[in-house]
Amino acid sequence: MSAGTAIIEARDLSVAVRGAELVHVQRFSVESGEVHVVIGPNGAGKTTLLRALNGLIPASGELLFEERPVRHGRDRLRLRRHTAAVMQVPYLLDTTVRGNVQSGLKPRGVSGDELHRRVDETLEMLGIARLADRRRRGLSGGEAQRVSIARALATRPAVLFLDEPMASLDPPTRRALQADLTGILRRLSTAVVWVTHDISEVAAVADRVTFLEGGHLVQEGTVASLREHPASPTVAEYFLPGGGHAPKAGDGAAEGDVAESSGAADAGSATAEGDVTDASGAAKERIGDA
Amino acid sequence: MLFTGDPSVYDIALRSLQVSGAALGLALLAGTPLAALLALSEFPGKRLVVAIVNTGMGVPPVVVGLVVALFLWRSGPLGSLNLMYTVQAMIIAQVIIALPIVIGLTFAALQQLDAGYRLQILTLGAGRLRLFFLLLREIKVSLMAAVMAAFGGVISEVGAVMMVGGNIRGQTQVLTTGIVQDVSMGEFALAIALAVILVLITFMTNYAMTLVQQRGSRVA
Repeated sequence: MSAGTAIIEARDLSVAVRGAELVHVQRFSVESGEVHVVIGPNGAGKTTLLRALNGLIPASGELLFEERPVRHGRDRLRLRRHTAAVMQVPYLLDTTVRGNVQSGLKPRGVSGDELHRRVDETLEMLGIARLADRRRRGLSGGEAQRVSIARALATRPAVLFLDEPMASLDPPTRRALQADLTGILRRLSTAVVWVTHDISEVAAVADRVTFLEGGHLVQEGTVASLREHPASPTVAEYFLPGGGHAPKAGDGAAEGDVAESSGAADAGSATAEGDVTDASGAAKERIGDA
Repeated sequence: MLFTGDPSVYDIALRSLQVSGAALGLALLAGTPLAALLALSEFPGKRLVVAIVNTGMGVPPVVVGLVVALFLWRSGPLGSLNLMYTVQAMIIAQVIIALPIVIGLTFAALQQLDAGYRLQILTLGAGRLRLFFLLLREIKVSLMAAVMAAFGGVISEVGAVMMVGGNIRGQTQVLTTGIVQDVSMGEFALAIALAVILVLITFMTNYAMTLVQQRGSRVA
């Protein structure tokens, strides 16, 4: 696949639960080699969008993976077997670190020497080779998240989904992992969709940023374009110098958060060249997104 | 009697293990996928199904024996199979006793597991079968508790196996029904021997299952 080709593309993608629309985006794409950051406040629909793109939850509209439509269960399985995800909570399986890193390889048909080589290589890359035989109960939060990232990277995914992978870590652990992860992503040139609250966490690697609010795409562009020409006061709060949004207590809380409607987003006011705004930017009541 | 190795005593003990072991195996084979299906799907009337399963855990074995007997009786719907007073009939009755215990406790454990695990396992590229086994591994402690509860329920029950097995010495008699018969005949020495074996079997199987349950539970 050549650079700039959309690996995953969503058109008119909508996720609704019991009649309540959680997220609706007109267009969202992930291109080969790019780090596409999805940012926005709690309840914006970031996690829901990520899960829909990963084929984890049903969505209406059109989802294409490597230009092929994802419609049925087997399409979603194919999508999941070519992508990988790291969630806010590591969700390590009840086995050793090595067993965890292997767990994504077996369903993809990787076995024997190749499996061992990839596991060793990835453990080394994340600096956790010494933990290979430890079980999950013996790991710190930062170590567990490194294992989760290693488990995802070992599969050599076409797209790596990162759902606030640093949110549950203390600041020193977060900074160390952030530095390592951004270095690894630069080296590997893997396409990434990175959900975060904190633009400073990803500014160094973000090729493109999508700002979500109220389940709708408010603005899309580069970090610089969103910083210079924010489409709404909320975007400005996240991007303007000194207005950087760091997670507050309660941010990045567990799934199932209920966010209050924040009123109509100031959609359609983007002026920067290359910015894309979603015309249907009115915020709606949102349920179940972290 | 225990130490002289009375063959009839060991024959009864072996039959108890055979009947209850087979019933437990079949209940696990059918019960765990049903529990997973119940835990992972949403459908109208789900709560009613869960309530029925939970009620099944408390149904007296003698009632299960009665229902199975009605089905297997010569004039019953399955009378032509000639299963009444056979080991197979006893296994059927014990499967019905163990099944709600396996389904109910496995379902509760799966329901309590963080939903994120299911999603994370799916992101690993797992199909349905791998998802099922990995989820079972995540609830191993509770699952083994369900296995022990189900085994305890069937190895210790009297009413159902007595009714559908007939308690025929040398053919369908098991430890519990043997104890009942020996006491009624005043054969206390034999009854005590069977009781000791029953307790030993129960302890040894539970000890083995506890080792499996607790394996890997220590840090590092």
